[in-house]
Amino acid sequence: MRTKTNAGIPLEPERYELRAAAPYRFDLDRRDFFKFLGAGVVVVSVLKPAIVAQESGGGRQRRGESLPQQIDAWLHLGENGKVTAYSGKVEVGQNIRTSLSQAVAEELRVPIDRIEMVMGDTQLTPFDMGTFGSRTTPTMNPQLRKAAAATREVLMGLAASQWKTDPQQLVASDGKIVDPKSNHSIQYAVLLKGQQITQSISADQPLTPATEWKVAGQPALKVDGRDFVTGKHRYPSDQKLPNMLYGKVLRQPSFNATLVSADTKTAEQMGATVVLDGNFVGVAAPSTQAAEAAIAAIHAEWKSEPQISNKELFDFLRKDATQGKDPSGDGDHYETGSVDQAMSSADHRLQQTYTVSYIAHVPLEPRAALANWDGDQLTVWTGTQRPFGVRGQLVEAFHLPEEKVRVLMPDTGSGYGGKHTGETAIEAARLARAAKRPVKVVWTREEEFSWAYFRPAGVIDVVSGVRGDGTITAWEFHNYNSGSAGIRTYYEVPNQRIVFHEVHSPLRQGSYRALAATANHFARESHMDELAHALKMDSLEFRLKNLKNERLRAVFEAAAKQFGWGKSKSPGQGFGMGGGYEKLGNIATFAEVNVDSKSGDVRVMRVVSGFECGAIVNPDNLRNQIEGSNVQGLGGALFEVIEFENGKILNGRLSQYRVPRFSDLPALETVLLDRKDIPSVGAGECPMIGLAPAIANAIFDATGVRLRALPLVPNGLKAS
Amino acid sequence: MSTIHLAINEKSYGVDTDPKTSLLTVLREHLDLTGSKYGCGEGQCGACTVLIDGKAQRSCITRVGSVAGKQITTIEGLAKGDRLHPVQQAFLDEDAMQCAYCTSGMIMSAVALLQKNAGPAEKEIIDFMDGNVCRCGTYPRIVRAIQRAAKAQAPAVAKGVSR
Repeated sequence: MRTKTNAGIPLEPERYELRAAAPYRFDLDRRDFFKFLGAGVVVVSVLKPAIVAQESGGGRQRRGESLPQQIDAWLHLGENGKVTAYSGKVEVGQNIRTSLSQAVAEELRVPIDRIEMVMGDTQLTPFDMGTFGSRTTPTMNPQLRKAAAATREVLMGLAASQWKTDPQQLVASDGKIVDPKSNHSIQYAVLLKGQQITQSISADQPLTPATEWKVAGQPALKVDGRDFVTGKHRYPSDQKLPNMLYGKVLRQPSFNATLVSADTKTAEQMGATVVLDGNFVGVAAPSTQAAEAAIAAIHAEWKSEPQISNKELFDFLRKDATQGKDPSGDGDHYETGSVDQAMSSADHRLQQTYTVSYIAHVPLEPRAALANWDGDQLTVWTGTQRPFGVRGQLVEAFHLPEEKVRVLMPDTGSGYGGKHTGETAIEAARLARAAKRPVKVVWTREEEFSWAYFRPAGVIDVVSGVRGDGTITAWEFHNYNSGSAGIRTYYEVPNQRIVFHEVHSPLRQGSYRALAATANHFARESHMDELAHALKMDSLEFRLKNLKNERLRAVFEAAAKQFGWGKSKSPGQGFGMGGGYEKLGNIATFAEVNVDSKSGDVRVMRVVSGFECGAIVNPDNLRNQIEGSNVQGLGGALFEVIEFENGKILNGRLSQYRVPRFSDLPALETVLLDRKDIPSVGAGECPMIGLAPAIANAIFDATGVRLRALPLVPNGLKAS
Repeated sequence: MSTIHLAINEKSYGVDTDPKTSLLTVLREHLDLTGSKYGCGEGQCGACTVLIDGKAQRSCITRVGSVAGKQITTIEGLAKGDRLHPVQQAFLDEDAMQCAYCTSGMIMSAVALLQKNAGPAEKEIIDFMDGNVCRCGTYPRIVRAIQRAAKAQAPAVAKGVSR
């Protein structure tokens, strides 16, 4: 399944993310804009180039005409000089509030602090499918830049007609239009006094080339950083309304349990609002403590079926996929050449199996929502990567028309792909409707561990055939359950069979930063190392021999140089690499590990990342994202694993589930390749994918032990 | 239920609650001081860190009754008017945050560390801060921010000594 976006970039065929609702039909009259925003100029960004051409053909629109649908962003420059950009994207720590502000500042030629970004509010911002898949930089960023550039041109046109001069000779700078010939100069705000102009961007709106960027392409500090270091920013879990109650939900004793009976009398006598509705049992009370006490006072009986444990997981995944299902039926299937023939005529064949466990996102802010009903109008503040998706869930849960539901997303305490759903929004809204008061639901860490969803576990079988000279001739790759992101190989292999097998997952699973690309790259890049070893070839040389993609070669070569690939090592030390291509970015990761032969302790000492994502928008934030990917990636590579048994999570607390800490930190070095000739793409995910195989390969280099399961060393090397 | 007297950020509060209630709950629910965050509820992540008589403490596992009468400082009490504390300023300057949900706790821990040790070595920073989790993985920047704050504070300390 593939969908095309306006930029012509294929959206990753990732089944866990394609739960988009029908695009919002935006139907706002242009006069509403000015009633709401005040006079000035509004430039809208439209998704469909065909519509853009139609709508912008006649230049400015006539008064009263409704604006085009399928808007994905708009920008307002007020007669007070204030710039407000509206986007349905959300901020979860990837710093797009800053990078999008930079984009607007660049094209509009105004200081960055004059820009306000309104994001992720289903009432104020245009429909957006969600903030995931590293889509913001390649799609939203150019759209907003175009809107800002078009706004600048409107201003130049206004100034030119005022001065009766050619707009071509005017210059925009620091919030003013300047005529260098006559030395005329006028503030944007003065030009816009009393104006009500609307315009759509044209598909071929010229943009400032990356080589001439002054604001974009430069390091920029988090635009509202001060609110975060002072504790002033209100995250979803910090939201409060007068008369607000605190909600709690009675959790099932195991997954998929159904409620048989519940005695809620005591809870009601305690003064709590109690809701018993199907499988939902919840309370609302004036404090979290009172709500917890009321929940504890409910006696409920549940019925559940026996469920598998993580010990049987990998057998189950393979068995479930092959029983009663065409293995190639539901998943992606890619085939070229003649794999079976090439495999039988290869000089060497290698067959190996790799596995990845379920892991948890552990966003430091757990899911949270505050819901408020005003008659039949529902407003919910919640932390989600898909505010419009959550609106859809609320519409469905409460049988409401779309316009009756507003979802707002205050900048949230991270997501990593783990906050695509609206559990707390629905819970809070259900309780608020019963209580007739605003209700806030904040999940505990234990609830977040058990009742959110996990990165999918998976089994990956790889069979390869190579010639004695190191040329790969055949490649067969089967991924069971973990997903198809990054499943295709970028090495040149004439005969390939690549299959994704869908499985009914025993645990609730979903999107996770970099999706299955981590698993697929782990398998592929480990396997490449195993082949190089079998052929007695250098790992880098073997990769480059089979790699034509210039951008990927460039990051491998740059990172190898920085790392000092080929240098000698001391006992216990090991070097390894892994890399690849994902979400249009290119990464090569080199790792140095140290293995204590007595204790079996594995320490990652140094990580060098070579990364290229087109023209760099904000180099400082890019480094921050790459470092963060590596630090977070350490957990899934080394020790993070969800243990479960019979429908229960066994290690669902932070004291039982280890996440990377300061003391796990390796020396991190980043080599950035800035390709100003290539459009910018996102960087929140790709940098993560090379780390796990680089570490596994380095452990092999240090010890001769080949580890083919993620996490690699949850209990150190000896015990694993 | 009893009235507990608290001194928070140089202000006095009387809170009617069970002394066993966590300090974090009192800060967030009773006093609307939401800068201190809930992350785990068992003292494992440090997002709720506050200073009790100058020492870093996890407010989620601190009973409010145990801190009556002590000097409590939260992230909201760190800046003096518009002037940020040097540690806050250093976190800004190093851009030592992504989602920033851990930032208050990180800053409070770092303030406690620098009060105890004005010029910590990198290893000392890592050891002291190891109980604070940043899930976005900004640890390298946080270490740099703490080093920067230590440097920024150093002249002030030296001046104080010379006087």
